Amino acid sequence: MRKVLMGNHALSYGAMLSRVQVVAAYPITPQTQVVELLSEMCAEKILDAQFIKVESEHSAMAACLGASLAGARTFTATSAQGLALMHELLHWASGGRLPVVLGNINRAMAPGWSIWTDQNDSLSQRDTGWMQFYCGSNQEVLDSVIQAFKVAEKLHIPAMIILDAFSLSHTYEIVDVPDQEKVDKFLPPFQPKFRLTPDEPHAFGGLTSPEHYFELRYKLQKDMEKAPALIEETGQEFEELFGRKLGLVDPYKCDDAEIILVTSGTTGYTARVAVDHFREKGLKVGNLRIRVLRPFPFEKVQSILSHAKKVAVIDRNISYGHHGIFYQEVKSALYGNSSVPVFGYITGLGGRDITLNTFQKIIEETQRNETPPERISWIGVKK
Amino acid sequence: MNHPQKKKQNKMRLTLPLEEYMHSGHLACQGCGATLAMRYVLKALGQRTALCIPACCWSVIDGPFPYSSLDVPIFHCAFETAAISAAGLKAGLEMVGDHETQVVAWAGDGGTFDIGIQALSGVAERNDDIIYVCYDNEAYMNTGIQRSSATPFGAWTTTTPVKHYKNRPKKDIDAILAAHRIPYVATANISYPEDLYRKVLKAKNIKGTRFIHIYAPCPSGWKTRPEDTIKLGKLAVQTCIFPLFEVEEGSTWKINIKPREKKPVEEYLMRQGRFRHLTAEAIALIQEEVDRRWARLLKYEETSPL
Repeated sequence: MRKVLMGNHALSYGAMLSRVQVVAAYPITPQTQVVELLSEMCAEKILDAQFIKVESEHSAMAACLGASLAGARTFTATSAQGLALMHELLHWASGGRLPVVLGNINRAMAPGWSIWTDQNDSLSQRDTGWMQFYCGSNQEVLDSVIQAFKVAEKLHIPAMIILDAFSLSHTYEIVDVPDQEKVDKFLPPFQPKFRLTPDEPHAFGGLTSPEHYFELRYKLQKDMEKAPALIEETGQEFEELFGRKLGLVDPYKCDDAEIILVTSGTTGYTARVAVDHFREKGLKVGNLRIRVLRPFPFEKVQSILSHAKKVAVIDRNISYGHHGIFYQEVKSALYGNSSVPVFGYITGLGGRDITLNTFQKIIEETQRNETPPERISWIGVKK
Repeated sequence: MNHPQKKKQNKMRLTLPLEEYMHSGHLACQGCGATLAMRYVLKALGQRTALCIPACCWSVIDGPFPYSSLDVPIFHCAFETAAISAAGLKAGLEMVGDHETQVVAWAGDGGTFDIGIQALSGVAERNDDIIYVCYDNEAYMNTGIQRSSATPFGAWTTTTPVKHYKNRPKKDIDAILAAHRIPYVATANISYPEDLYRKVLKAKNIKGTRFIHIYAPCPSGWKTRPEDTIKLGKLAVQTCIFPLFEVEEGSTWKINIKPREKKPVEEYLMRQGRFRHLTAEAIALIQEEVDRRWARLLKYEETSPL
């Protein structure tokens, strides 16, 4: 059924269709509509789940971990400070191999207080052992939740669905909400290999000596390495049933592109407008939207970008003392595989708009120079 | 002919079940009160129990991966999350069709009075269906005897050295929990196993948040002799330093043991290295505070339901 949904409600519908069994959440702007709708769904019994209205995000994630260990499918959503408060338990989820799915609305970190979008909140959690899916549309948000559960539960690795504050979370789009029956066919009930039960009393997560710990982390990485192929495979299976394709990356007019703009989140759709605009003027520009940051899609990024003459990475985030984080990631993936010059742009921090004009500047600067003139090129900052 | 042997057998009466859910091979220190607490609590709860244990002595006592000294499953959870991990686990178990298992948050005083109080308060306010047991050894013992807000006035710890011993009273966690109006709050003591057993059994048959605060001596941290652990537990009750009582629905207070004659606190304090530096004046202050608290508790009981 086609509905007009805001990004946040697309998350709620994704969770509902995935038949989540335990939801634990704490309100934070701009996430609130996600859990408001879920709590209504629980109250109306549209969704057969327990909703634990916790007193903090830290407890939200802790509750999800307990429930997941019991073998229940669990979901939560948060943003910025809330995600940062969860940090300790994000490690607990991946280390405990508990496939929780979390919706995070990208919001800039305080201080100063900001409710507007940038990616430093989720990127600060890059190394916690979670898969990270950066979404570009509300349809993608809904579809990603369902697919993420499937991948997460197969690998026993948690997954984060990420959407930009306001430009996606509060933006209404037409979304196809698939039939429950069809989703059930795609996503079977959660059947973990191990779960906590008095029938088989095990101790989970106890003191682990240097004799064992290393191997546990090795196994997590080995399973993470299986994720790229599984994400692609799951995307294809989803496409067969629902007619919509999602993969690790989303290339747009990259095949013959001389300049490829690398983006993530909703910025990717603005980039497409810029691509079309410049192609009309005769400049061969393309856009590679990185949808999955963890696991990093090395092969896709290498094969698509190495055809270009120049690559421009647009970061709505920064690693202070280094550079934009997607820029670092792309450069490290290309190192030794391609000598294509990679330009790094930082823009749109704290929700400053990224528009066609922003891309115009980026494309012109990339075109003008053979190699990046400065290590960081700031677009739209008042210096 | 008489049958003296048979007669002897008849005299033997067990006050606790024989079943054991805790086994040898655990890693507790000699004379550890927390270990007895676990043993008695599991005797009351039985095998259909699941434990959430945050960072505390018991996260070590149970044994390292892949071993466990208990017959029940354990979720080793983050330090500040015992209560909510248990509530999440309970919700998850119910959603997969297990409505029977008692889920128990099992935390030390640091994990309860200090870092875990936020999540505990959240669980209590929602009245989530778990049993929360705090085994109280009155300091961070697992990390090497640092003061917590459960450390009593006057005590030495490694962060409250003799020259600057703790000069604030122990936090009144039972009153805090009672103020949440949860169905059941009880104090218990490893030196009174029948009372402890009865309280856990009572808690088992109540729905909602149940809080049991167990006094658990720590010879390593208190600088006491392991063989004095039970004696100290008795003295804590006989001096009214750690009274045994129950609170139902936050309003009905009932004292379980009222000593006919209160023993002076000095008798309790002087058996412990952690109090040996105290002057007569300091001891008098402690006596006064203990008397005041006891009088208040009597009043609570008298005027119940509050």
